[in-house]
Amino acid sequence: MADKRVDLKSFSGSQVGKKILTGITGLGLTLFVLMHMVGNLSFFSPDEQAYNAYAHKLMSLGPLLWAVEIGLLAFVLVHIVLGVRIYLGKRAARPVDYQTYRTVGGASKQSVASRTMIWTGVILGVFLVFHILSFKYGPGVDDGYVTTLNGEEVRDLRRLMVEKFQEPLYAFGYPIVMLLLGFHLRHGIWSALQSLGAVKPAWSPVIYSVAAVIGALIAIGFLVLPLWIFFGGGA
Amino acid sequence: MSKLMTIHLKVWRQASATAEGRFADYTVPNVNPHMSFLEMLDVLNENLTLSGEDPVEFDHDCREGICGSCGIMINGQAHGPNARTATCQLHMRDYSDGDTIVIEPWRAKAFPVIRDLVVDRAPFDRIMSAGGYVSVNSGAAPDANAIPVPKNSVDEAFDYAACIGCGACVAACPNSSASLFTGAKVSHLALLPQGSPERKERVTAMVTQMAEEGFGDCSNHAECEAVCPKGISITAIALMRREYVKAAFGRQ
Ligand code: FES
Repeated sequence: MADKRVDLKSFSGSQVGKKILTGITGLGLTLFVLMHMVGNLSFFSPDEQAYNAYAHKLMSLGPLLWAVEIGLLAFVLVHIVLGVRIYLGKRAARPVDYQTYRTVGGASKQSVASRTMIWTGVILGVFLVFHILSFKYGPGVDDGYVTTLNGEEVRDLRRLMVEKFQEPLYAFGYPIVMLLLGFHLRHGIWSALQSLGAVKPAWSPVIYSVAAVIGALIAIGFLVLPLWIFFGGGA
Repeated sequence: MSKLMTIHLKVWRQASATAEGRFADYTVPNVNPHMSFLEMLDVLNENLTLSGEDPVEFDHDCREGICGSCGIMINGQAHGPNARTATCQLHMRDYSDGDTIVIEPWRAKAFPVIRDLVVDRAPFDRIMSAGGYVSVNSGAAPDANAIPVPKNSVDEAFDYAACIGCGACVAACPNSSASLFTGAKVSHLALLPQGSPERKERVTAMVTQMAEEGFGDCSNHAECEAVCPKGISITAIALMRREYVKAAFGRQ
């Protein structure tokens, strides 16, 4: 047998490496959206300023926040590049498609979610750009979105959010994208955990169910807020 | 005597690897429900021959689910609708009088059509040649109990060794990935002491070869496990990944 050593470059380009890196970056991003969702839910706190306080706390982390942001950006980019490569590889691997194709069910984990990963992914990627532009780089203290928190003047992100989600485009567009996120996570969490080493047959069904629950919880946790605001909450 | 059926077929006809293919419509009368699917195709071919047409070429050998030659896409499902059966183990009693069945060859860039329903599965052989073996000096066979192997390792290795290399995993995979095949071969040997000395070179070479043959990446659809006539679990793929990571980052 030829002794072919695996270096980092050939690892990341190999079918196993691509899968493992997609899984690690995907799980990292899942952890991030989970925290983001919990942060959002502070909007529902009886303390009116809880959300602004949370946002301000994050912004005052300084270099740590920068490091996390750069890390997230790197994760997003790696995840996108690998996802697109896997998709293109799959297209190339079957130049002539079946006239008739259907899953046999049973042990199959094939679903609408699993078959649309590239498309939900693309939509999430585009959404991410708009989302960051509207909120992170949206109007701030200089534009009058200012509130007082413990005597300090801080950005009134709560007001921006309430205003945005009073527009139907945002109020309904966001929940739709969050449903797609739920679909992406439904297959993604399962797939990542399977790729990262479900080496006992009994684990797979458990992981598959857990992924569905986490995916649904994250989608719901995100989409309640825009709808709540649109229908008069938080005004 | 069971009631005979009339079965309509849409069969992929392609004269050669380079020829343009198309679907042809055939009707097979007097199909006995006890016939196997391949016997129904035999009847079709007899009728075609009698009428002066070329018979439909399809691969088959053992007709009892152990050789892995047969393998066709039947109504969009590899080896047909039943779990843990090869095409040769499918029977016409699963169909009803008047049914229309679409029959296609495995579709993958790595498995080019040779003629009609026959595809070239040589890429599997090349994945095996890359490392799916144990290099030992041949000689007198050692006593079966000379090398102790834990019972659960034997059982698991045996499950993976059941792979007959039919290619259904690739055919049914939305990505045309050969991960279940390669995973089964890697895991089978990795679980046994005889396979251990060469495990790193083996997994590296086989995973590399599988990509070079033009198979797609795995996306954990698990369709392969569902269509596998031997019911091989996608755990084989997880084990292959672990082997590969160990080969790449483990102590040399
Ligand atoms: S003909 Fe041998 S497995 Fe079907």
